[in-house]
Amino acid sequence: MAKEIHANIPEGDLKDKWSNYKAHAKLVSPNNRKKLNIIVVGTGLAGASTAASLAEMGYKIKSFCFQDSPRRAHSVAAQGGVNAMKNYQNDGDSVYRMFYDTLKGGDFRSREANTYRLAECSASLIDQAVAQGVPFGREYSGYLRNRSFGGVQVSRTFYSRGQTGQQLLLGSYQALMRQKEQGNVQLFTRHEMLDLVLIDGKAKGIIARNLDTGEIERHGAHAVILATGGFGKIYYLSTLAMGCNASAIWRAHKKGALMANPSWTQVHPTSLPQSGPYQSKLTLMSESLRNDGRIWVPQSNNEQRSAVEIPEEERDYYLERKYPSFGNLAPRDIASRAAKEQIDAGKGVGALKNAVYLDFSHAIKEYGQELIAERYGNLFNMYQKITGIDAYKEPMKISPSAHFSMGGLWVDYDLMTTIPGLFAIGEANFSDHGANRLGANSLLQACVDGYYITPYTIQNYLADHIQVEKTDTNHPAFAEAEKQVQEQLNRFINQKGTKTAEEFHRELGEILYDKCGLSRSEEGLKSAISQIQNLREEYKKNLLVPGDAEDINSELEKAGRVNDYMELSELMCIDALNRNESCGAHFREEYQTEDGEAKRNDKEFAYSAAWEWNGEASSPVLNKEPLEFEYVQPTQRSYK
Amino acid sequence: MKIDLKVWRQKNQNTKGHLESYILDEVDAEMSFLEMLDMLNLKLAKRGERPVEFDHDCREGICGQCGVMINGIAHGPLKNTTTCQLHMRSFKDGDTIYVEPFKAKAFPVIRDLKVDRSAFDDIIAAGGYISVNTGQAPEANSILISHDEAESAFDSAACIGCGACVATCKNASAALFTSSKISQLAKLPQGKKESSKRTVNMVNRMEDLGFGHCTNTEACQVECPQDISVLNIAQMNYEYNKAKLKK
Ligand SMILES: Cc1cc2nc3c(=O)[nH]c(=O)nc-3n(C[C@H](O)[C@H](O)[C@H](O)COP(=O)(O)OP(=O)(O)OC[C@H]3O[C@@H](n4cnc5c(N)ncnc54)[C@H](O)[C@@H]3O)c2cc1C
Ligand code: FES
Repeated sequence: MAKEIHANIPEGDLKDKWSNYKAHAKLVSPNNRKKLNIIVVGTGLAGASTAASLAEMGYKIKSFCFQDSPRRAHSVAAQGGVNAMKNYQNDGDSVYRMFYDTLKGGDFRSREANTYRLAECSASLIDQAVAQGVPFGREYSGYLRNRSFGGVQVSRTFYSRGQTGQQLLLGSYQALMRQKEQGNVQLFTRHEMLDLVLIDGKAKGIIARNLDTGEIERHGAHAVILATGGFGKIYYLSTLAMGCNASAIWRAHKKGALMANPSWTQVHPTSLPQSGPYQSKLTLMSESLRNDGRIWVPQSNNEQRSAVEIPEEERDYYLERKYPSFGNLAPRDIASRAAKEQIDAGKGVGALKNAVYLDFSHAIKEYGQELIAERYGNLFNMYQKITGIDAYKEPMKISPSAHFSMGGLWVDYDLMTTIPGLFAIGEANFSDHGANRLGANSLLQACVDGYYITPYTIQNYLADHIQVEKTDTNHPAFAEAEKQVQEQLNRFINQKGTKTAEEFHRELGEILYDKCGLSRSEEGLKSAISQIQNLREEYKKNLLVPGDAEDINSELEKAGRVNDYMELSELMCIDALNRNESCGAHFREEYQTEDGEAKRNDKEFAYSAAWEWNGEASSPVLNKEPLEFEYVQPTQRSYK
Repeated sequence: MKIDLKVWRQKNQNTKGHLESYILDEVDAEMSFLEMLDMLNLKLAKRGERPVEFDHDCREGICGQCGVMINGIAHGPLKNTTTCQLHMRSFKDGDTIYVEPFKAKAFPVIRDLKVDRSAFDDIIAAGGYISVNTGQAPEANSILISHDEAESAFDSAACIGCGACVATCKNASAALFTSSKISQLAKLPQGKKESSKRTVNMVNRMEDLGFGHCTNTEACQVECPQDISVLNIAQMNYEYNKAKLKK
């Protein structure tokens, strides 16, 4: 039966909501904080920033990550930049404009109050990062520099060369290590959360596996924060790291947390194409390249000539043709879909015919190679390392790749899930990006959630738990959860089938790309669902995991992650099938305008779909959180 | 391509390791080095053997988790390139490739090619930060930093913490790693205040953890994926001496 879900949005005018909240939220006094334990799973920007901030306040933190150091969380890979409303360029930026851009970019499928708060808190992040020593790009005068980023008309993006995520992450990682040194944080690297433990309906701890020793451990706390990142790796080929996973949020989902809009995945238009069947991941090339690069395909199918041999008049600059006012800078969902259209029509280039050209020859002619090298030198080098090709001499080949999960655990205004005491922050929640995320907004969201929001909202929750004793990990709920985890690991090991988890994962990824990727249809989704069900059945019988569970075993780690993907993927298809409209990254072929653009249906689908686990992957229950637009009027996006 | 692999296999810290031979005969030149290892692991798994454990995550040269010795060179034959960004086109059909873990006293082997680099986190914990709490920061543009200072701080800050510098150094010194953080923060006005304390604490911690002394062979910069300059080490020594003189 559907649940009543409440977003708990504070009273007051849009611009006063967060101040009102802070003014009235409950607090925990400093001498009580040290008695309260908080588990933070994840050390990316969201996890590290919140763990450090809460430890500074005096709470006792246990911080977990699966990598061998917190500094390796995948936030490290973000290149382009982070948005913030400083209006340093005096170009008309404001909190309201940033809020509106984000809401519009998300195709009016996010909550007004949360999106506004993101814009409102953005400026403080830049102050904090600078104070930590993050070396953002500067003018010669010493002032901070900005660049502009996809789909907006102001320059509000701050950056550290092509390594913004790395530099921001190092800032919060260092803050975390400082708290570790002071004894406020216990660090558990190479630990994977395998279950959430509930006592009397509240989140009270986790079961984690020490990946180096195989030991299963119980950890108790007064509250649990999941900051476990995105699950785009479900598509197998993606811009995510090899270990990125949905397991923490999926297992919390199976314990009662709702999962919102799981099918909304951003496919990035400029990644490097797959070069062969052995390929393990796709590398992103920053979106900033589209500022000077022109995208095209040959006009004729099955073109055999090399790019430089094809004369101008036989090239189709399809983005410039279709979207004259935004051209090569059309938003990500639109640029990706247009590329797929060309590739599907047989215009793809490269050995596997799976790419389009991104051409700098015009820009080099106009500005000279030196200037282009100054702007993009590191990206051209990276391109050469990976492909062996010199992009100053011939166009890059690029293609769309699964990139960012707009969907995730459903959270209220406090970023608390439907399980009391369980919070979800960063890419792991569904929050602020609606159906399409704007470039450079997600580093921001991860940081704002971690530095500025949970430190208030978790206190509001913990204030009622000051008298609660330390969680007893001998409680039967821990024993039961541990037993389940152990049994599952043994099951994987003992199956002794013939196919590795990786092989299953590749197959699953192909189904998702094909039928629940850039373009979806009722027919395709239905057939994907039955394919996934079959694959899941096979996974139960034919999985091959060498080695044992009492030791380090990366095949066993993968087995657990793929197991969860086998269930989540079906929910993604069910979610996509339920939404009989197109919006942002979710493009249903049945719902398009005459010229092939996404057609929203606000009357029936202005809601977030929050799915509830019902004991079995094929029969989730739909809960709806209506999206009410009090302050903006949703319009049809147009980038023509 | 046909590749003759000699891979280091070691069950754990307490057992002895050895090189094991494997022949792969369907290696594609476009594969990355790690995809070649994936191929080997698939083959081993299908034969019911334990795959080779190796470190990796982002596979795009930025997380610093990958890193092995390839024919005796940290991250292999290409300069300033991580193992994950190395591709098989850098090798020839018929090549023999030796693959071993990073070896250093402070980096014990966990299994096969995986080593424990948590000593790096401990060095950072000793002082690799500016002591500012969330909420204390002043308006960002109130701290002016010239373009060149910021770029120079970035050059030091770009370190990915992979440990190739330690693995390459005959003394297993962590001087390049430690100095890059010390000098990044010393170059910035907001980091100068704590520089003396930071430097002394980080240098002492580095020594306590069993890293060797730097004897200026400069081998580290050559193998560093981010081309971190050995001038950082000079700056660290300067900051260290300055701190000691003050006392
Ligand atoms: C290649 C790339 C480029 C990008 N560029 C930009 C950009 O320029 N600008 C922008 O704004 N955004 C960008 N993004 C998006 C942005 O980087 C991410 O959305 C953001 O960094 C996510 O941060 P996070 O803290 O939520 O998660 P992550 O940084 O992914 O951290 C997840 C953490 O959770 C841990 N974890 C996961 N599962 C478990 C488990 N089961 N048990 C224990 N620990 C677990 C991991 O160890 C890790 O510490 C980019 C993303 C990618 C992939
Ligand atoms: S795997 Fe991240 S740097 Fe190589």
